[in-house]
Amino acid sequence: MSPPISGADPAPVPERRRVLVTGPRTRAARRPRPPVTQEIDEQTGLGEAYMRSLMRAQLRLALLVCATVGAGIGGLPLLFVLVPRLREPTPLGIPLAWLLLAGLIYPAFVACGWWYVRHAERNERDFADLVDRPS
Amino acid sequence: MNASYGLAGVSLVVLATLLIGVFGLRFSRTTSDFYVASRSVSPLGNASAIGGEYLSAASFLGIAGLIMAYGADMLWLPVGWTGGYLVLLVLVAAPLRRSGAYTLPDFAETRLESMAVRRVTSVLVVLIGWLYLMPQFQSAGLVLRTVVGAPVWAGGVLVAVVVMMNVLSGGMRSITLVQAFQYWLKLTALAVPLIFLVLAWRYDAAPGLGRDAPPAFSDRTTVAVGADVTVRVEHPVEVMVTGKVDGRQYRTASLALTAGDHRISKDTEVTFPADTAVPHVTSLPARTDRQWAMPLSGREHSLYATYSLILATFLGTMGLPHVLVRFYTNPDGRAARRTTAIVLSLLGAFYILPALYGALGRLYAPELLMTGRTDAVVLTLPGRLVGGVAGDLLSALVTGGAVAAFLSTSSGLTVSVAGVIGQDLLRGGVRSFRAATVLALIVPLVLALAARALSVADVVGLAFAVAASTFCPLLVLGIWWRRLTTKGALAGLVTGGGLAGSAVLWTIAGGPPSGLAGALLAQPAAWSVPIAFAVMIGVSLATPRSVPAGVARTMVRLHVPESLDVDRGTWRPKGG
Repeated sequence: MSPPISGADPAPVPERRRVLVTGPRTRAARRPRPPVTQEIDEQTGLGEAYMRSLMRAQLRLALLVCATVGAGIGGLPLLFVLVPRLREPTPLGIPLAWLLLAGLIYPAFVACGWWYVRHAERNERDFADLVDRPS
Repeated sequence: MNASYGLAGVSLVVLATLLIGVFGLRFSRTTSDFYVASRSVSPLGNASAIGGEYLSAASFLGIAGLIMAYGADMLWLPVGWTGGYLVLLVLVAAPLRRSGAYTLPDFAETRLESMAVRRVTSVLVVLIGWLYLMPQFQSAGLVLRTVVGAPVWAGGVLVAVVVMMNVLSGGMRSITLVQAFQYWLKLTALAVPLIFLVLAWRYDAAPGLGRDAPPAFSDRTTVAVGADVTVRVEHPVEVMVTGKVDGRQYRTASLALTAGDHRISKDTEVTFPADTAVPHVTSLPARTDRQWAMPLSGREHSLYATYSLILATFLGTMGLPHVLVRFYTNPDGRAARRTTAIVLSLLGAFYILPALYGALGRLYAPELLMTGRTDAVVLTLPGRLVGGVAGDLLSALVTGGAVAAFLSTSSGLTVSVAGVIGQDLLRGGVRSFRAATVLALIVPLVLALAARALSVADVVGLAFAVAASTFCPLLVLGIWWRRLTTKGALAGLVTGGGLAGSAVLWTIAGGPPSGLAGALLAQPAAWSVPIAFAVMIGVSLATPRSVPAGVARTMVRLHVPESLDVDRGTWRPKGG
């Protein structure tokens, strides 16, 4: 087993385990490559690259949701400071803050949540297809 | 309110909780049953249980009270408590379940391969758990006193005893059932009375809250003061007093209250004429209805406080020990995600309600601003607005819901705190878990009886701030950053815990100083969370040699879906 590769290393050294097989040329050319799951298990450079791509896809998705929510939620107090008129009651009689914070924001959270779940599961399916593909 | 109905509500919930708990006894035999209910609960069941466990006294009583007293700025509290689950969903849910850990210390150990980090995490879990349990006991005392006139200590002791019996008899399997039941009970207990309250409000010509004047007694009103208070009178008023005001005894005597502060002793009744502005207890701001309805108006440093609150709640949720332990009852990472998404819906449905109670309370129970017990607004309104037997029944229902709130949150916290004490401080196994349960309950109960009363939601908010300053960086960096080192994690945990913890101690022990320093101490998250992250990252970068040896394998376990056949390492949590 190769030593674990930490993120600090610039270029992980792939470990070659292939054994030279002598035999008829035609069979050697079609020799199946080890499945990617095995590359991951042995922490080869290729396996690590697959792992990094999965983590990066999931992290990017997570940060996208966080950034959206952060901008929406974090922007609101600032908006109230910069545009004091928005603190006042709306034509409906209810101030915007109450309309948003005591009502509309909750369905928005739920929608964000399910959107994330769908995309995170899709990322995992893509990864599984990639890794489990018979080669 | 009719005391016998209230007592019936309390007894019913306690009895039902105990019965379901004992029923669960048959199932739980092994240690793993005790801790995580064998991981065989459906997503909706699990989500209900998370909701039931999470909606504490602070959610059921505290939010409405704070909104009634402080207005629009407090709407962020339920928003943050829900949004925290969104952050937890996207950053933590699936990898945490896949880690296979039972508790936060388990996670720290498997990720960082260090017993030192595990121990620091254990201590923090216990501290946060106690900080969260304390206000549950305090408000149990408040409820029992409001409803049946019991002494303040009785409620806390009752909750502690019921939780102890329940946890000891069934472990978590029964707790999961109990919690799922409690969510739906709490939702019903808040939603059904609200329908009647809104109808009564419409019948009353639907008065609004847009006036440029503070709340007033619309009719001649007698206020019974249950504990010593100092109130501020804005305009001189002629009142009838039975009891003690400013140190002088009166017996149904007329008294001219001058403008300024007045001390009203407990068990005093003051009768105000109609259309008198409500004198506010000095600790609450007297604001006009219009100011109250607007965000960022009134309080000092409200912009800082708002941002700090948002940060603490959004990032603190993932670090609450009783929240995390629930994720291990999902069969896999995918189910953990779906469960969390359902939790968002359940919490959203619940948190729409307290704001309405707060607004109605300002219209119909303004005397709570004078007695300072705005936490009681949810309990007070049904009896006030709906008369007769219907009112009594609705009061019994909200009382039952409030009791459910203490029981469920306290049970969940007790299980997690006891789990950690049992595994890490005692020898582990079922017997240690039982001893740990007693310990987990006694300490916060004593603290609750000794400490001065703070608003329940405020103390819970401090627990969130500590969680956000310690476990949030540990989880987020631990799950997504390979270069996190043992030393970095330790330094971050100690720094974040130390800073936020000192602020909490300062606030609870002496009350925060006024001005900017007070705002910084009462809402520490805005500075303590970034510092904790910075220390954890900085020290990790400076100590690249202490990156755990098995980090690559751990990342495989955290992130690769269970459907794939890969080597996930051999680590198993202690409790198994």
